[in-house]
Amino acid sequence: MSSSAFPRPIATTRSATGISTGKLAVWWLIASEIVIFGGVLGSYIMHRIGHPEWASQAEHTNTWLGAFNTIVLLSSSLSAVLAHNAAEMKDGKKAAKFLWFTILGAATFLVVKSFEWTHEINAGLTITSHTFWSFYYTAAGIHGLHVLVGGIIMAVIAVDAAKGKDLQRVEAVGLYWHFVDIVWIFLFPLLYISK
Amino acid sequence: MSSTATDTAHGDGHGHDAHAPSGWDDPHGHGGHGAHDAHGHAEPHWLIKYFWSTDHKIIGMQYLFTGMFMALIGGFAVYVFRMQLAFPGMSVPFYGRVTATDYNALVTTHGSVMIFWVAMPVLIAALGNYLIPLMIGCDDMVFPRLNRLSYQLFLISAIVLIYSFFVDGGAFGGAWTAYPPLSAKAEYNLTPTGAPLWLFAVALEFAAFLLGGINFVTTVMNSRAKGMKMFDVPIVVWMIIIASILFMASVGPLIAGAVMLMFDQTIGTGFFDPNKGGDPVLWQHLFWFFGHPEVYVVLLPAMGIVAEVITTFSRKKLFAYKSVLYTAVGTGGLSFFVWAHHQFIAGIDPRMANIFSVTTLLISIPVAEMVFVYIATLFGGSIRLTTPMLWALAFIAEFLLGGVTGIFLGASGADIYFHDTYFVIAHFHYTFFPIAFIASFAALTYWFPKMFGRYMNDTWGKVHFWISIISFNCIFIPLFLLGARGDHRRIYDYTHFPDLMKSGMQDLRILATLSLVVLLVTQVIFLVNFFYSMVKGKKAEQNPWKANTLEWQCPSPPPHGNFPDGLPTVHRGPYEFSHPDRQEDYWPQNAS
Amino acid sequence: MIDTYVPNGSSFAGDIDHVILVITAITGFWFFLAEAVLFYLIIKYGEQEGVRAKYVAGEDPKEKRWVAWPHYITLLFDIYIIFAAISVWQDVKQTMPQADETVRVIAQQWAWTFVHPGADGKLDTPDDIRVVDELHVVKGKTYHFELQSRDVLHSFSIPIFRLKQDIIPGRTVRGWFKPTLTGGYDIQCTEICGIGHGIMPARIIVETPEDHAAWVLALTPTQAAITPSEQPTQLGGMP
Repeated sequence: MSSSAFPRPIATTRSATGISTGKLAVWWLIASEIVIFGGVLGSYIMHRIGHPEWASQAEHTNTWLGAFNTIVLLSSSLSAVLAHNAAEMKDGKKAAKFLWFTILGAATFLVVKSFEWTHEINAGLTITSHTFWSFYYTAAGIHGLHVLVGGIIMAVIAVDAAKGKDLQRVEAVGLYWHFVDIVWIFLFPLLYISK
Repeated sequence: MSSTATDTAHGDGHGHDAHAPSGWDDPHGHGGHGAHDAHGHAEPHWLIKYFWSTDHKIIGMQYLFTGMFMALIGGFAVYVFRMQLAFPGMSVPFYGRVTATDYNALVTTHGSVMIFWVAMPVLIAALGNYLIPLMIGCDDMVFPRLNRLSYQLFLISAIVLIYSFFVDGGAFGGAWTAYPPLSAKAEYNLTPTGAPLWLFAVALEFAAFLLGGINFVTTVMNSRAKGMKMFDVPIVVWMIIIASILFMASVGPLIAGAVMLMFDQTIGTGFFDPNKGGDPVLWQHLFWFFGHPEVYVVLLPAMGIVAEVITTFSRKKLFAYKSVLYTAVGTGGLSFFVWAHHQFIAGIDPRMANIFSVTTLLISIPVAEMVFVYIATLFGGSIRLTTPMLWALAFIAEFLLGGVTGIFLGASGADIYFHDTYFVIAHFHYTFFPIAFIASFAALTYWFPKMFGRYMNDTWGKVHFWISIISFNCIFIPLFLLGARGDHRRIYDYTHFPDLMKSGMQDLRILATLSLVVLLVTQVIFLVNFFYSMVKGKKAEQNPWKANTLEWQCPSPPPHGNFPDGLPTVHRGPYEFSHPDRQEDYWPQNAS
Repeated sequence: MIDTYVPNGSSFAGDIDHVILVITAITGFWFFLAEAVLFYLIIKYGEQEGVRAKYVAGEDPKEKRWVAWPHYITLLFDIYIIFAAISVWQDVKQTMPQADETVRVIAQQWAWTFVHPGADGKLDTPDDIRVVDELHVVKGKTYHFELQSRDVLHSFSIPIFRLKQDIIPGRTVRGWFKPTLTGGYDIQCTEICGIGHGIMPARIIVETPEDHAAWVLALTPTQAAITPSEQPTQLGGMP
C-alpha cells in the first residue's frame, strides 16, 4: 500500500494518551461530523418552528418504513458491538462475521430507503417540490451516504479481520457506526414522526 | 491532552498499538511495510519524492509553495481592482479595462483566496505540517497518507478555483461571504458556472483542512517525544492545535450550508429562497458561525509564531505560559458566541444585537491579554532586532490597531454607521495582514535556516521589512479615513456618488492604491531573497538562533525521519532562556 | 469627529457620533499607551554586551499583576462602551417613535423605487408618488420606512443620517428617521447585490415643508391614477 520507500514512521506507533491513534482520529472525525449534521438539523428545526404548515408535507412520509429502518440500524449497531468483543478476544474470524452482519444491516437500510424514495418521487414529492422535501432528501441523503461509506469501510476491515490483521480497526469503525446510528435516531423523529 | 500518561503505553494488545515503553522509539518496531532495509539509503524517484511523498516536511513545503503562488493571484486581483478605484475607467497595465463584472469577481477572488488559500495553508497547513513533528520530537505525522491526501484535495480545490475564471460567465462575483439569494441563482449573479465552482472549491478546501486538522490533533496527542508533558509543548504547536479544533468545531454548519446552497444553485431547491419558504438570513448565520471562529483559526497560529520568535530573540522565558494557553482556549470558546456582530443590521432581531455586542467586546479581554503578555515578555530581555524579530514586533504593533478598531464595529451603536464601509476593510486588514503576512514572514525568516540549511540575506530582509510595513500603513490608514467619510464596500466606481467625490477623497484612494503597488513590488525583494538564499545563501548550522525547541536540535535541513541520532527525550519546557543555573543563555528541551 | 466630513443630518446622528467619539478616546488612549510601552521596552532592553536577560516566569501573582491590572481596566472600559453603544442602538433600532409619515423603499437589481404617501399622507392610495432613485422628505418630520426587495439582499444606507438597514427579499423591514438638515445627499446600497451594485446610487432630498408641498402638488395626478402597489408576503421584520 505504501508508496514510500521508507518504513512506517515511528510516529504512527506512539500512544502518549494510551488511546490508539485510529480511535482518537475517529473521535475527532465524529466531533466534526456532529457539527455538520448539527448545521443541517438545526436549520431544519428552525424552519419547522417557523412553518407549522410543513406538517401537511411531512404526512406523506412513511413512518412504518422509517421505524423498520430504525430497528435495522439499531440491530446492526448491536452486531458492531459483538464484532468489537470478538476482536478484543483476538477472534478475527468471529469479528469479521459480526461485521458482515452489520454490513447486511447497512444494505437493508439502503434498500428500504431507495424503495421509499422511489415511491415518493413517483408520487411527485421530489427535492424541489417543497422545502420540507429539500430538507428531507438532503438530510437523509447525507446520512445515507454515511451509511454507504461505513458499509464499504467495514467490508474492507472485515476482509482484513478475517485474516487476523488490524483488529484494532474493528473498534474504530464500530464507533463510527454507532455515530451513524445515533444520527438516524435524530432524523427519524424529526422527519417521520413530527407531523 | 493527557498530561501524565506520556510514558505509559497502551497495553491491551491491539495489533500495532501494542507496545511496551521499551519499544517506544524502536525504528524497526511494529508492522512496517517491508522496506526496512532501505532506511535512509534508497532515494526514491524525484517525482515521487516531491509530489507523492508522505513526509511531513515535503507536504508542508507543498502547502507553502501553493500558498505563496495563490498569494500572487490574490495580490494581482487587488492590484487590478485598486487601480480601477484610484483611476476609474483606466486601462490597467497588465490587465486592461475593468468592467463591473470583473471588479466583483476580483474582489471575491481576493477575499476568498487570501483567507482560504493563503492564510489557512501557510499558517496552519504548511507550518503545522513542517513544525509539529519536529517540535514534538517525532519523525512524521500519525497519518502520513491522510496528510498527502489532504494536500492533494487542497491542490484540486485551488485548481478548481482558478479554472472558474475561464468558464462561461466568468468567476463568481458575489463576495467571499456569498450571501444568497445573489449567490443562489444564476439569474441574479450571472455566473451560472462560476458560482457553483467557487462553492465546490471552498467545500473541497474545507474537507482538506478537516483531514489535516484531525491529523494534527491526534499527532500531538499521541506522538509527543518521551517526557514531553502538556506544558512542555511549544506555544505555536498548541496554537495550531487549538486552531484546528476550532476549525473542526465551527466549519460543520457551513459545510451543511454549502451543500444546501449548492442544491439551490444547481437543482433549484429553495433553502435560501424566500419565495419557497426558505430564509436567506439562515446562510448568514451558518456562514458567520464558521466565519468568526475562522478569524481566530488563523490568528492563533500567528500568535504562536510570535511567541516563538520574541522569546528566542529577547532571550526571555515566555511571560505566563499557562495564561497564554488559557486565553487562547478562552478566545476560541468565546469566538463561537460572537458571530452575529456581522449581522447587526442584517434584519435579525435587534434585541439579539445587544447580546452579541456584549460577547464581542468581551472577547477583547483574552486577546488583549495575549498582547499584554507578549509585551511583558520583552521586559528585562536582551533584544536582538533580527529580521524575524522585526516582523514579530511589527505583528504586535500593527495588530494592536486592528484590535482596537474592532471595538467600533463590535459596539452595536457605532456599527450602524461603520457597517460595510471601508472602515471595516481597514479594520480587518489590520488584523489579517499581520496574521497572514507579517506573521508568515516572521515564520519564514525564522525557520528558513532550518528548512533549507541556509540563511536568508538579513540586509535585504530588513529592506523588505521596512518598505512593506510603511506601505502597508499607507494603504490602510487612508482607508480608515475613507470609511469614516462614508465610502461603502464593493463599489467599482465612486464617481456615481457625489458625496463620496468631495475634496480629498479621491486623493486618499490614489494614495492607498499607490502604496499598494509599492507593497506588491516590494514582495519581489522577498521572493528573490527567498529563492536565491535557498540555493546560494550562507550555510546555517543546526541551531543558528540558539533556541530551545526540538526542531533546532536536529540537522538543518532535517533528513527524512528528522532525528538521525534517535528521537529526543524532553526534560524541560520550551522557553528556558537565560536560566540562572546555566552558563549558556539557552537550554534545549532535550539537553540533559 | 465624523461630522467634520459627513454632516450630521438626523435626530440620532449626533448620538452615534458621540459613541464613536467615546470609543475613539478610550481605544486611542490604550492604543498609544500600549505602543509606547512596546517601543520603550524594545529600546530599553536592546541587546548589550555582557548583560544577561532576566529570568522571569510570569507565574507569580506579583509579576502577573503587570498584565492583570491593565486587564481589569480594559474590562471596565469595555463595560462603559457596551452601555453607551447599546443605549444608542436601542434608540435607533429598537424603538419606533410615532411617525408623521411612512415611506416605502423598494430595492431591486439595480435601482430604488421610493413610494411617497402623497398629499393624503397615506400609502397605498391612488395619490402615492413613486419616484425612481430619489427620496423626498421634509426636515423635522419623523418618518417610518418600509424596506422591500424584489430580488436579492440590498442595504438601505444614508450616511448623513448614520442610518443603515439591510433589505431582505420576502420581508418588510421597518425603521425610522427624522431629518434635521435640508439639502440633497447620497443614498447608498451597502450590500453587494450583483454586477450593478456599484451603480445603484440614489439621492435623498430633504426639503422645507413649503418646498415639499410644492413638489407633492406638482406630482399629484389631476385625476388619481390607479397605482397598484406590490405587497410581498410579510414574513417578519422589525418589531
